[in-house]
Amino acid sequence: MSGFAAYLVFFLIVALTYSIVTMGLNLQWGYTGLFNAGVVGFFAIGAYGTAVLVGPDRAQLIGGFALPFPVAVVGGMALAALAALVVGLATLKLREEYLAIATFGIAISIQLVALNFEALTGGVNGLVGLPRPLFTAFGSPGAYNLFYLAVVASVALLVYVALEVAVRSPWGRVLKAVREDETAARSLGKNPAAIRLQVFVLGCTLMGLAGGLYVGFIGYVSPLDFLPILTFQIWAMLIVGGSGNNLGAIVGAVGVWALWTMSGLGVSRLLPVAYQSQGGAIQVIIIGLLIVLTLLFRPRGLIGEAEAVSRHAR
Amino acid sequence: MLQALADGILSGSIIALGAIGLTLTMGILRFANFAHAELVTWGAYMALAVLAVTGTFMGPIAPLSFGIPLILAIVVAAALTSLLALAIDWLVYRPLRRQTNHLTLVFGSFGISLLVRMVILLIFGGAAQYYSTALQIAIPVAPGLRIMPDQLFTLAVTVVIVVALHFFLQKTRLGLAMRALAENPELARVNGIDTRAVVRWTWVIGASLAAVAGVLYGLTIQLRPEIGFHLILPLFAAVILGGVGNVFGAVIGGLVIGLAESLAVLVVPSGYKMAVPFLILLAVLYLRPTGIFAGTVGGVK
Repeated sequence: MSGFAAYLVFFLIVALTYSIVTMGLNLQWGYTGLFNAGVVGFFAIGAYGTAVLVGPDRAQLIGGFALPFPVAVVGGMALAALAALVVGLATLKLREEYLAIATFGIAISIQLVALNFEALTGGVNGLVGLPRPLFTAFGSPGAYNLFYLAVVASVALLVYVALEVAVRSPWGRVLKAVREDETAARSLGKNPAAIRLQVFVLGCTLMGLAGGLYVGFIGYVSPLDFLPILTFQIWAMLIVGGSGNNLGAIVGAVGVWALWTMSGLGVSRLLPVAYQSQGGAIQVIIIGLLIVLTLLFRPRGLIGEAEAVSRHAR
Repeated sequence: MLQALADGILSGSIIALGAIGLTLTMGILRFANFAHAELVTWGAYMALAVLAVTGTFMGPIAPLSFGIPLILAIVVAAALTSLLALAIDWLVYRPLRRQTNHLTLVFGSFGISLLVRMVILLIFGGAAQYYSTALQIAIPVAPGLRIMPDQLFTLAVTVVIVVALHFFLQKTRLGLAMRALAENPELARVNGIDTRAVVRWTWVIGASLAAVAGVLYGLTIQLRPEIGFHLILPLFAAVILGGVGNVFGAVIGGLVIGLAESLAVLVVPSGYKMAVPFLILLAVLYLRPTGIFAGTVGGVK
């Protein structure tokens, strides 16, 4: 495989992993109007949970469960769901902003645990040398990456189809009702607080799933992969692609990730070494501008939400 | 122990200054402004820039580490921070206010916080900076307690500002209008209060206090582009603990958060310090979401 094709495979694996996170956020924000400001936290819980469960026995570390990869990922998802439950129960009956503030807080706290709880997370160095699922069955890393791309793409497709079915179900229609007019939804006997909690936990579970897949691919976890900027990147992916549209979430994830990697390449090629750290700031400014300008001038994003009209009103 | 208390009160008073502005904007403009903490960073760096332009044309006033130039810089920084807040409001928040979903505004502020932080990083670089390179010796006040004169200055400034703000809100017409708008926007409008002017003044007051907090932070700790990012959680925790829209509550909330952070270090590894405001926030949301002193805008819908 040529260098470019190999890189493309690598790129797509990461982009599609993020697309799963973005679809989870889309369920929360796009359909139900829940503001999750700590996306990276739930992604990190899934990743670290998977890493601890899948990791081999090591003297100085807690863990050593050496569970099969799929079981470990499910464990990571469960942990992400648990964290979502703690935050959701505290905030979802209150003003909407409180969820945003609390999710922001949990993401910070998780980052601190990842950095400081060395016996569990390996601290700054992270956990390295994690087994990658079925790695030995493939002859070359290139072939393995192709296989892993197929895995991630299948999971992303599965999540996409499942979400599309879910949002078209009666349960899914209530989400938009809760977002648009809570009082009306309640008057029809729906329980907005319960719906919000379900959606929030489900969305965060998807973020945890993506975290697990990410660990399976790179074979280690490190706090550097879970910096707060990731939350902004995922938001940019959703808002640019078009919130309220799962296809938009996928398109946005691939598009924004392409923009991010290319701007990174541009910075490292074009800027002199002395200005490289400032170049990182430029990259992040692009993400910030993308978010604010899309909000101001194209709130629907690239694809956007399909208009929903009752068939009786047409 | 005594030292931890003193440090807690000091950082708590800086948090309180930031939280006053945040509680005013949250109460009057009715949205959680994630970018407020970045105004603190902006103010701190604007003062640094002013000092770079004016130079230290006068020596420090003993025993403080700074003199008239920094006082002047604080005033200019407050003005520049107010300008930034007004510009952001005009360019971003004003158009977003027209959208039906008010969370869009929160999201906008989330994006703005990132932009402001990165612009500061781009202009001033990521390394820690100081207003003065002079070393200040901490004076032993009591056994096991050392305080720097700058820290006492910080405390004094906070007390003066809080008292002044109290009288402003209670006695002046504008203060009354601000409280009215926080309590009942429709009724305030019906009574002929120019809400746009009140909104503008809210930004100016909030941003100026943030700038002062930023300079005091830079004076007693150091200047870094991440000041604001690290303050987002303490500020929100202080505001919600004290009750949204409640200035007095924000001050108490700020002190509680500052003290809790600094006392927590005695028990848990210092790496976890930043999680303390989150735990307090979570406890408040579970136990008493309106805050200790119920604010004008309650937590319960």
